[in-house]
Amino acid sequence: MSLYATRRKNNAVATGLAWGAAIFGLAWLFLILGSLLFQGLRGLTPAVFTQMTPPPGSQGGLLNAIAGSVLMTGIGVAIGAPLGLLAGTYLAEYGRGTKLATVVRFVNDILLSAPSIVIGLFVYTIVVAPMGHFSGISGAAALSLLVVPVVLRTTEDMLLLVPGSMREAAAALGAPRAVIIGRVAYRAAKAGIVTGVLLAVARVSGETAPLLFTALNNQFWSTDLNAPMASLPVVIFQFALSPYKDWQQLAWTGALLITVAVLTLSIVARALSAGRRN
Amino acid sequence: MEAQAVRQTVKDRARALAGIALADRLFHATTRAAAVIVLVILGGVIVSLVHGSLPAMRAFGFGFLTSQAWNPVTDNFGALPAIYGTVVTSAIAMLIAVPVGLGIATFLTELCPHPLRRPIGVAIELLAGIPSIIYGVWGLFVFAPFVQTWVQPQLISLFGDVPVLSSLFAGPPYGIGMLTASFILAIMVLPFIASISRDVFATVPPVLKEAATGIGCTTWEMMRYVVLPYTRVGVIGGVMLALGRALGETMAVTFVIGNAHKVSPSLLAPGTTISATIANEFTEAVGDIYTSALIELGLILFIITFIVLAIARYMLMRIERNAA
Repeated sequence: MSLYATRRKNNAVATGLAWGAAIFGLAWLFLILGSLLFQGLRGLTPAVFTQMTPPPGSQGGLLNAIAGSVLMTGIGVAIGAPLGLLAGTYLAEYGRGTKLATVVRFVNDILLSAPSIVIGLFVYTIVVAPMGHFSGISGAAALSLLVVPVVLRTTEDMLLLVPGSMREAAAALGAPRAVIIGRVAYRAAKAGIVTGVLLAVARVSGETAPLLFTALNNQFWSTDLNAPMASLPVVIFQFALSPYKDWQQLAWTGALLITVAVLTLSIVARALSAGRRN
Repeated sequence: MEAQAVRQTVKDRARALAGIALADRLFHATTRAAAVIVLVILGGVIVSLVHGSLPAMRAFGFGFLTSQAWNPVTDNFGALPAIYGTVVTSAIAMLIAVPVGLGIATFLTELCPHPLRRPIGVAIELLAGIPSIIYGVWGLFVFAPFVQTWVQPQLISLFGDVPVLSSLFAGPPYGIGMLTASFILAIMVLPFIASISRDVFATVPPVLKEAATGIGCTTWEMMRYVVLPYTRVGVIGGVMLALGRALGETMAVTFVIGNAHKVSPSLLAPGTTISATIANEFTEAVGDIYTSALIELGLILFIITFIVLAIARYMLMRIERNAA
């Protein structure tokens, strides 16, 4: 075979493999979403939204788990997002080039991908063990620690995209630093920061590992933050691994609900940030 | 009279300016405090894990790392099976995910028709957005039975007589086990490798690629001899980042690994990982030593992932600096 033919053949094989890789990746997405729809829709009845998690063998829904998830995610984001926003502001506005900012950025990147189960262990040792019992508030605390790095990272990135000339213009009018950041930089970076918060909500609402030994689980309706609290991911974990068919069905339905919620959030977040770029 | 009014105005203005300066300083201090809290969180994680593992460290010493024991009744614990499972499943996952991820990145940057680039890119990234518990449920109910019926019997009969491979693919086809967990992990980290590689591929100056095309390189040759060497550091950084995620991944693995505390040469056998052990046993752990052993496992996991992630971030920072 001539050199030219060999090169052409190699190229065809390589590009063919790249096409194959893309199809392979997309296939998994559709396989997973397909089985979720197929298995989850079967159990999607009004009871899912109106009844509590049942004991095996009886009728029930996921109401307490949905409420627990929403409550703990909400509190986690309410604590974590402002913290991440402020820290991100420091990195982008005040700390440029300082040693503190470099170290914080590095540490934050590590926390961003650190195993969430380790965060769960941390909250267990500083909140659950001293309190002596599992609680909703410790679950929310664990989630808030996962929110911080996501919001910090996007806030910093988005503030850095705001042109310096806008800050200079405000400064020339005599605006103090805090006002420049609050009224000019934040306003310009708003869409990006909201995207970061939405991504953080999407990330933590599916988290299971840090809730296993902080919020634990609860078979009953409870909004008491000082008591164990149900959450969708933990209920899915428990029900899917159980031998009961109706529990497994509820786990599938819960999985469908959570996936739809999370993917919707991340698509909305992406649409928002795309709108800003254009 | 007039002088007094002027003095008053000056005073008012000075007070207003002092107020603004104070608010300014307060805001600055608040943001810096928030940044410091991030450091405190990391420090807190390390301190609390070390503190929590002290009882186990005292009881087992360094033998904890090499012992295969896992007996809650006699309070005798060892980390070797969990560490082995963590490292082996992640390594196999990377073997699968790296070539496929690079393939996807190549496809998206070079081959994909333009109108399809964005939707396909988003679809691949959605894979990363699916919560890990979903991979677990899907892996347990859909993927594991498929592997048990179709893949594992094939592997056993195919490699049953080959010297080394026969011990890798030995034993009954359970469906769940190390190999299945590795597959699921591979799918989970695939989007990270693909999207980071795609980002670093985008840092290659177009003129380099144009030059390659200009001297008659094929797409493959351009990727192999121009793009990959140029982006080597970034690609390795992305791969390490994905490895860090694979090492710490909990729920998906917990569902499909089988949770057996032993080191077995066969990839079809059930095993365990550090995070799966913690997830399965932490709430059932009675006694200080049991809990402490699990926290020490967490500490080991944190140290391993910290090192991997730190290297990854360092490499990615280097390529960012080059791109700037």
